[in-house]
Amino acid sequence: MSVVNTVAPIATTVLASGTSPSTAYDNSVPWAQIPALVLPALGDTFVMVGIVMAIVVLVGVPLGALVHNLGPAGLVPNAPVHTVLSAVISIGRSLPFLILMASIVPFTRFVTGTNIGIAAAVVPMSIAGIAFFTRIVENSLRSVPSDRVRVATASGASRLQIVRTAQLSEALPGLIGGLTINTIAMIEYSAIAGTIGAGGIGYVAVTYGYQRFDHTVMIVTIVLLVATVAAVQQLGDLAVRATSPEPVRRRRWWRRRATDLPPVAAAV
Amino acid sequence: MISLEQLTKVYETGSHRTTVLDRVDFRVDTGEIAAVVGPSGAGKSTLAQCVTLLERPTSGSVVVNGDDLTRLGERDLRVARRRIGTVFQSDGLFGRRTAAQNVALPLEYLGVTKAETRRRVAELLDRVGLGHRADARPHELSGGQRQRVGIARALALRPTVLLSDEATSGLDPASTTSIVDLLRELRDDLGLSILFVTHEMDTVLQIADTVARLDHGRIVERGRVLDLLRDPASALGAALRPTRPAAGAPDGSRTWRLDYVSADVPTDWPTTLGSALGSPVSLLGASIETLGGATVGHATVAVPEAVAARLPGVAVALGLTARSLDPSPAPTPTPEQELVR
Repeated sequence: MSVVNTVAPIATTVLASGTSPSTAYDNSVPWAQIPALVLPALGDTFVMVGIVMAIVVLVGVPLGALVHNLGPAGLVPNAPVHTVLSAVISIGRSLPFLILMASIVPFTRFVTGTNIGIAAAVVPMSIAGIAFFTRIVENSLRSVPSDRVRVATASGASRLQIVRTAQLSEALPGLIGGLTINTIAMIEYSAIAGTIGAGGIGYVAVTYGYQRFDHTVMIVTIVLLVATVAAVQQLGDLAVRATSPEPVRRRRWWRRRATDLPPVAAAV
Repeated sequence: MISLEQLTKVYETGSHRTTVLDRVDFRVDTGEIAAVVGPSGAGKSTLAQCVTLLERPTSGSVVVNGDDLTRLGERDLRVARRRIGTVFQSDGLFGRRTAAQNVALPLEYLGVTKAETRRRVAELLDRVGLGHRADARPHELSGGQRQRVGIARALALRPTVLLSDEATSGLDPASTTSIVDLLRELRDDLGLSILFVTHEMDTVLQIADTVARLDHGRIVERGRVLDLLRDPASALGAALRPTRPAAGAPDGSRTWRLDYVSADVPTDWPTTLGSALGSPVSLLGASIETLGGATVGHATVAVPEAVAARLPGVAVALGLTARSLDPSPAPTPTPEQELVR
């Protein structure tokens, strides 16, 4: 209350001189303090997404392989189990993340003992991420030519060896591409998780940029998020290219070469 | 040795039943190359896949090297499969692995040590003439080279039986010939029994000892390639013989088709035939070749009407059967003959 009392006279004087109230109540973070606010938050985001992605890969890869192989084209087709498992994953995929997060609060509290902070955010993010990645794994495995499995079977491979060498290993570029997409989605989810006080760059964007109209902080967080996502994408593309059997050529439209021209034009 | 008995495969989709293989009996003896031919959808690929139980037969037995594979459990089946090499149509190479790593696959599954694997892979790649391409990825190899890698991989565990499912289909003639030569060589050196599924009759002539024709899931004709070629009544023999269009017959002569039915047809039979008939013989078309040292073929000839009736008798003495190609007797008696060759 004392704050209001001290501020009020100043506001009156400033308003009298014709300035807008937002400048009068300017509580935006000064430039000098922005790094101290934003960088630890970015670090929190990395930790959160890192932990989540580790869990997602550890659970999602076996689960995706299982779903694929229980399906009609799989190694151990089992329609009832496949249908149930697939339905559970679809439920995980169909709930909006905010709703999912809120609806599993009791479970989150049971697992982590809290319902705020990074630990609490990791639980719903992992569930959403696993459901997402399971579908990506399933889809990648489906695109592997079926003769690879027949070759492995005919060569005397066990089921586990078939899954490892003829399915997962052959689908690796696709899996890495999917992992990139998934990681970026998790960065986005971490911002949503920020609203329940999970911390991270999304939390800063929401509390400072959105709720306090601090445009500077908002712009800084946007720039950082864009840069992070671009970096993840670049890294993912590099990894896909490194694991693809055939060189994936990136031809940029602005860098045409003479060899691109039809032979007649080149001769002229 | 492969022996299929009463092999039946039925696919059921809802209420619809499709019989792909219908009580097929088939044998490939040790050291024999047996071809299976037939139109698309005849069940050739299913037959090949039933031998390794990639497709589980609905009924019947698959005996390879004395074991009935249909009675084996998962683990024993895996062991039995290691004694059968399979060469696939689309080479089936793993795109992310080099040629050497592809050949190493069966050894890796078996758990062979690294050093032993390296030695064996080098030996196999040399055997198929690709020792210098060990580190190439499949996309850097030609179709024929990829198929050679596939053959090397099929041989990795020293199988006694080799299945080739359309292994030469889609290859250019030169690559096909080199793959065929390689397979024959491997058969001779390793005593392999080879089941060779194909739709290319030319390739059958080049490679097979025996051939069976599969149609609508049943074997409709089978036999030794040479016997079928020398049997003018055989439909499969006729399909195996290349058909060549013949020139038109001169006026006043009769056209006959002569088929080699004996192993010892004299090479100068046109001259012998001519002098026996006391008249020149016009050679209008012919296809004659040697298969495993035996000459087979057929020819279309024309002789003057006056001596035409005597031709079949003379031809039989030379080891040829004659069949008249004239729909009706030729009208004019004025002979105009030319001796080709």
